[in-house]
Amino acid sequence: MSFSPEIAAIRFGYGLSPRHAPPGSVAEMVAALHGPDDMAAAFPIAPFAERLPWYREFSDLSKARRAGDETALKKIKAMLVDDREAHTDMLAATLARALEAPHPLRERLTRFWADHFTVKGKGVARKAVQRFVEDAIRPHVTGSFAAMLKAAVTHPLMLLYLDQNGSVGPGSNYAARQAERGKTRGLNENLAREVLELHTMGVGGRYTQEDVRQFAELLTGLTMNLRQGMVFRPRRAEPGEEEVLGKVYGGRKARLEHVHAVLDDIAVHPDTADHIARKLAVHFVSDTPPEGLVAALRARFEETGGDLGAVTEALLEHPEAWGPLAKTKQPYDFLASACRALGVEGRQLTGLGFRKMMLYFLRPMQAMGQPWEQPLGPDGWAEDGAHWLTPQGLAGRINWAMSVSRVEGLSLPDPRRFVVTALGRQASERLAFAARAAEREAEGVGIILASPDFQRR
Amino acid sequence: MSRLLLTRRNFLATAGCSAAASPLLTSMAFAAAPWDNRLVVLILRGAMDGLDVVRPVGDPAFAAARPTLAAGDGLALDGFFTLHPALAPLHPLWEAGELGFAHAVSTPYRDRRSHFDGQDLLEAGTGFDAGEGAARDGWLNRMLQAVPGLEADTAYAIGQEDLLMLTGAAPAANWSPGTRLALSPQARRLIEMVYEEHPAYRAAVLEALTLSEDIAAAEAAGREVEDGEMDAMMQAPGGKGAHMQMAEFAVQRLRGDTRIAAFSLGGWDTHNTQARTLPRTLGQLADVISLMRAGLGPLWGKTGVIAMTEFGRTVRENGTGGTDHGTGGLMLMAGGAMKGGQVYGRWPGLAEADLYARRDLMPTEDVRAYAARAMEGFFGLSREALSGSVFPRLDYAGAPRIVL
Repeated sequence: MSFSPEIAAIRFGYGLSPRHAPPGSVAEMVAALHGPDDMAAAFPIAPFAERLPWYREFSDLSKARRAGDETALKKIKAMLVDDREAHTDMLAATLARALEAPHPLRERLTRFWADHFTVKGKGVARKAVQRFVEDAIRPHVTGSFAAMLKAAVTHPLMLLYLDQNGSVGPGSNYAARQAERGKTRGLNENLAREVLELHTMGVGGRYTQEDVRQFAELLTGLTMNLRQGMVFRPRRAEPGEEEVLGKVYGGRKARLEHVHAVLDDIAVHPDTADHIARKLAVHFVSDTPPEGLVAALRARFEETGGDLGAVTEALLEHPEAWGPLAKTKQPYDFLASACRALGVEGRQLTGLGFRKMMLYFLRPMQAMGQPWEQPLGPDGWAEDGAHWLTPQGLAGRINWAMSVSRVEGLSLPDPRRFVVTALGRQASERLAFAARAAEREAEGVGIILASPDFQRR
Repeated sequence: MSRLLLTRRNFLATAGCSAAASPLLTSMAFAAAPWDNRLVVLILRGAMDGLDVVRPVGDPAFAAARPTLAAGDGLALDGFFTLHPALAPLHPLWEAGELGFAHAVSTPYRDRRSHFDGQDLLEAGTGFDAGEGAARDGWLNRMLQAVPGLEADTAYAIGQEDLLMLTGAAPAANWSPGTRLALSPQARRLIEMVYEEHPAYRAAVLEALTLSEDIAAAEAAGREVEDGEMDAMMQAPGGKGAHMQMAEFAVQRLRGDTRIAAFSLGGWDTHNTQARTLPRTLGQLADVISLMRAGLGPLWGKTGVIAMTEFGRTVRENGTGGTDHGTGGLMLMAGGAMKGGQVYGRWPGLAEADLYARRDLMPTEDVRAYAARAMEGFFGLSREALSGSVFPRLDYAGAPRIVL
């Protein structure tokens, strides 16, 4: 098994396209990965920090409204409409990057790591997930895992999502002051547990309940608010040292550096290397990946201290990463690759607005079982193909494929040519026949998009 | 435990025996379900705090462990326990003997306190020691396997997810309210041709087409015989959130040939400000049960709803007005056919020495034992089946009979 341009485009990108040639070699893919991030510049998504004034204004208006200001409600409604549009614009930009990138492996890695560090927005910040991805995930997909881990775990949206924001050291000054006022404040284990179980060592990792608790104590002091973002408050931190996985952290005065120190160590733990290696192999290659591939990724992770660029190269260089297509595309990947195969341009999506984005993408993704930014829990979306091939989920894919001609501005290709454009030599004889036998162009294209050949990656 | 469990269609595809897919298995080959009783199984994802829902106010250690959460008045149950105020809409069911609970229950899952492994084990219905080659299907499906000759629509998994609990070799239906698939005859022929060599796709699309047709037919019939119960259903409380759509779909199906319906409700992971977040989720649970009672009408007397969660939560309130992952939890049961009006279970006590790992409610009974009693009572399943294939090696002799 060795490099093939078609497999490269389908397995490590968003499929074949009439507008982009598939990668010519692994070296070309690696070079693109280490080159400038043109797509982020072409289709920008503003960082979380830039949204803070909006949250401040929203919060002030809400207060004014509660205080009886009649004009506030109208302004609040206008802001919510603006937020809705901004939110779908971010989905449009994300899709546009997948359509315009010559080699969209960076886009695929960004989706993979965004899922690994799943956050869900809450309350006023419920539509900010892609801002988190832009801040904490995207800059690090070819950098160090420790850097990504620190950026993700201390991001305001993660602190909000996994309840770190209210966690207080039981022995802290703050807890004592609150107790005098009759309020109990203390520890919340949620973020500490999920960092160990999901983000780093995996549920089979060698950590104990006591490690979870000590780690949770070490994380105290990390807080967020929608006026300033993340703020480290030593008064809320548990005083003294904590022992996590056999090593002592912290000291007399709590500092953010102590949190960074423990994350730096967990990031390069052998169990983390194993967990990350397996997840990457499962995501990109197979639900049951070859052990040799997992071992190679784990070894590269350990040798380089978690250099994700090097680990990604190890994936591309490994012969067992080039076997026949074996994964089922997740709904987002299906939609992105269908648009790419149909030659849709990024700029066609960026101006669509909420209603059309809802019609073309948001509702269909829900019907396919993957409502955008709404996985059930912090473990993100399922990898195994069978999870996605439910009758209702497949019905969602077929319905979208059969009605794709309704997408504004789309020129429907001839199905006989489209089967080659979209799948090259990956199309079966049967599919080529069906493409010719359809009664209408739209049905022919729909059958190609709904086919098992196209659903694979 | 592996997250990569075989799903139902995957299993069917491998075994080559999907009821929905195979033209050989028409309704001629199947008998209708041999029972008239209805069982609804709800999975409460996220670990429901049983100690807040059914509060052991009679336990001397309770108030101290829950300084803010124990505050406020619950509704009287049996003198020792009170009911969370957000379940007030269900209190009349308790009075009528149609609502009950089993306290201090758990699956065999211990110590790691991971939602995802905990839920997998709850749905697999096995012990935690189930090694490779052990059952990789769900307990509700293994129950169906023990009753030969059922039709696929005897049991429904409802919602977008593929419920592991109903996954396995026995035919079962899987659908999400509101989904429809209609293809032109030619498109249908071509899709079937393209899917021919892909059994998982073929099984799924044929099931989708069949269910779409069935549901369209049932809805057309339903419009003709609109009756009082349907009206009552429309007036049931709550909006039309996904939980209500699933409950409504379950009712429609259970009024027909379906005998078992399963779906899940999320939102139970209350690490934070539980006093504010739990009532919302409990309100949804109350709405679901109220809708079923109204919608099923006379059939409610033949119905049992059991609601199970992956584990309980810490006895002591945490530092953010919530609770963290624990062990012993609570099961809820409702329905005209249930022996309600009781909180079942052996109470372990909340003194520190009585807790599991000095933090969690000590489980005193396996939650599967109650599920076994429900299936025994409703469907007449034998001890051999229940302790053999359905819940391997489970001893449920100590659990009370909970079906009238």
